[in-house]
Amino acid sequence: MAKRIDVSGLSAYYGSFRAIEDISMTIEPRTVTAFIGPSGCGKSTFLRTLNRMHEVTSGGRVEGKVMLDDENLYGAGVDPVAVRREIGMVFQRPNPFPTMSVYENVVAGLKLNGKFKKSELDDTVEKSLKGANLWNEVKDRLNKPGSGLSGGQQQRLCIARAIAVEPKVLLMDEPCSALDPISTLAIEDLIGELKERFTIVIVTHNMQQAARVSDRTAFFNLAAVGQPGKLIEIDDTERIFSNPSVQATEDYISGRFG
Amino acid sequence: MSNATIADKRPGALHGARLPKWSPWAIAAGSLLVAVGIGAGAGLDSKVQWGLIAALLFLFATYGIAAYVEGRRQAKDRIATGLVWVAFLVALVPLVSLVWTTISRGVKVLDVYFLTHSMGVVPDSQPGGGIYHAIIGSLEQVGLATIIAAPVGILTAVYLVEYGRGKLARAVTFFVDVMTGIPSIVAGLFILSLMLIFDMEPFGFAGSMALAILMMPVVVRSTEEMLKLVPNELREASLALGVPKWRTILKVVLPTSIGGITTGVMLAVARIAGETAPVLLLVFGNRFINNNPFEGAQQSLPLYIYQQYAQSAGANAAYDRAWAASLTLIAFVMILNLVARGIARWKAPKSGR
Repeated sequence: MAKRIDVSGLSAYYGSFRAIEDISMTIEPRTVTAFIGPSGCGKSTFLRTLNRMHEVTSGGRVEGKVMLDDENLYGAGVDPVAVRREIGMVFQRPNPFPTMSVYENVVAGLKLNGKFKKSELDDTVEKSLKGANLWNEVKDRLNKPGSGLSGGQQQRLCIARAIAVEPKVLLMDEPCSALDPISTLAIEDLIGELKERFTIVIVTHNMQQAARVSDRTAFFNLAAVGQPGKLIEIDDTERIFSNPSVQATEDYISGRFG
Repeated sequence: MSNATIADKRPGALHGARLPKWSPWAIAAGSLLVAVGIGAGAGLDSKVQWGLIAALLFLFATYGIAAYVEGRRQAKDRIATGLVWVAFLVALVPLVSLVWTTISRGVKVLDVYFLTHSMGVVPDSQPGGGIYHAIIGSLEQVGLATIIAAPVGILTAVYLVEYGRGKLARAVTFFVDVMTGIPSIVAGLFILSLMLIFDMEPFGFAGSMALAILMMPVVVRSTEEMLKLVPNELREASLALGVPKWRTILKVVLPTSIGGITTGVMLAVARIAGETAPVLLLVFGNRFINNNPFEGAQQSLPLYIYQQYAQSAGANAAYDRAWAASLTLIAFVMILNLVARGIARWKAPKSGR
């Protein structure tokens, strides 16, 4: 069910500003890939190009190829809406829909796409909330507003919402940066479980987190402010954290950066 | 004042002398008494002058006393607070006075009979008659105007916030701004010219069209502000679920802002409900009940008020009716506002734990 992502020669622009330049990498199915690197180096931008969310920003533009198995996401006639159903996303700040209850939040993706069978929705809600390790905490308050949950619960609700539409790939943009250590742990455990079913890509500023959850790690860097960000190297997480092949990676990881 | 002087004044203490809590009230009462004294003594007729003297005295006394007891910084704080209060009271005076005058004069003839009868067989100089025909006319004209202006205005705002890029969006924004400034009589004349071209008699819907022109920019502006308040993260969350943009707008953006949008529409309705000029030109006024807004002259509340005042040659009965109609109009607008608040509260995103 999970799919491979194959990026080649990808550059992304904001208007005329090139934010990332010539990135190529392969992301294997059923793995967790972590993106690390200093702020502004284009990790999030690159992540957003993977499900065509980059072009939602005004002036956003992409060059290059992103293959999902054997389909080019940027090929002619590809519907970005269909792409986003295949490749889900979890954002930095928990953002449940404020007008909807917990239940409605989870089924939002299905309902907004026009699936309405009650029993199916009920099953999806239970399955997704269990998948996000949230079921036991919210099963008695499914009809309460989703924004009434705690921050960590909200973020898991957003994960449940994302996996409810059964994507092939799950992108996470610093999903734990707004959470306390206990909620972070809950989400990291969850990532470990989810990788059985999905291909997961996670952006993080927390290097211990990258080391804990990921199979492969990609290090991004930029030459100077105003220059486009580049992929420095991608390798097995163990190698990146023990014996990286590029000096800049070692400097960044060991804190000898800049 | 430097730190050193403060330290000299109150060595080793973080808390200085404070005026007691009741002091603003005492100063206010004192300055009011003095102002009454001055006013009566100097033989000033206008109570407004008394009030202004009291306000000035209050501000000066507050500053003086606070500066003496508490120090200069606290005195500035108190004078700023005092200014806010005085401004608040000054703003409140005309409002209370208006409502009070309208209520006290309006209740005289306001009863069920007045609300359920027209002016059909009652001469303007005689007592009796009512505003039923005007209420019907107002409801129909304002209702039709809302049916035209609210969807157009809301959709325009959706375009501007969600889709609008480049020249077209800038042009639309510009013209909405221009439309906001159109005087109501000009909107009336515009429709009147159309009416003359097509050789038509005055009818209710013509007034509705002019009112819709006045209402549209207000709806666009308020809706735009409300849509801008919807966090971008919600749009992105929905788009990332693979929801098309139009469904995102329909199911996420609009429900999140529906409370504010409703309030904006209701305020726009309140604004046009009191318009007289275009109604005078286009609907013309009618002494009888006309339930059909698409044919024949109608009446409306503001027009009724104007005609009762202007065409009755000073008959008291007509003045009483004008005041009662004014009261009805104010009540109508207030009920609309209350409804809008109710909807806003009911639809507002809930945080309940």
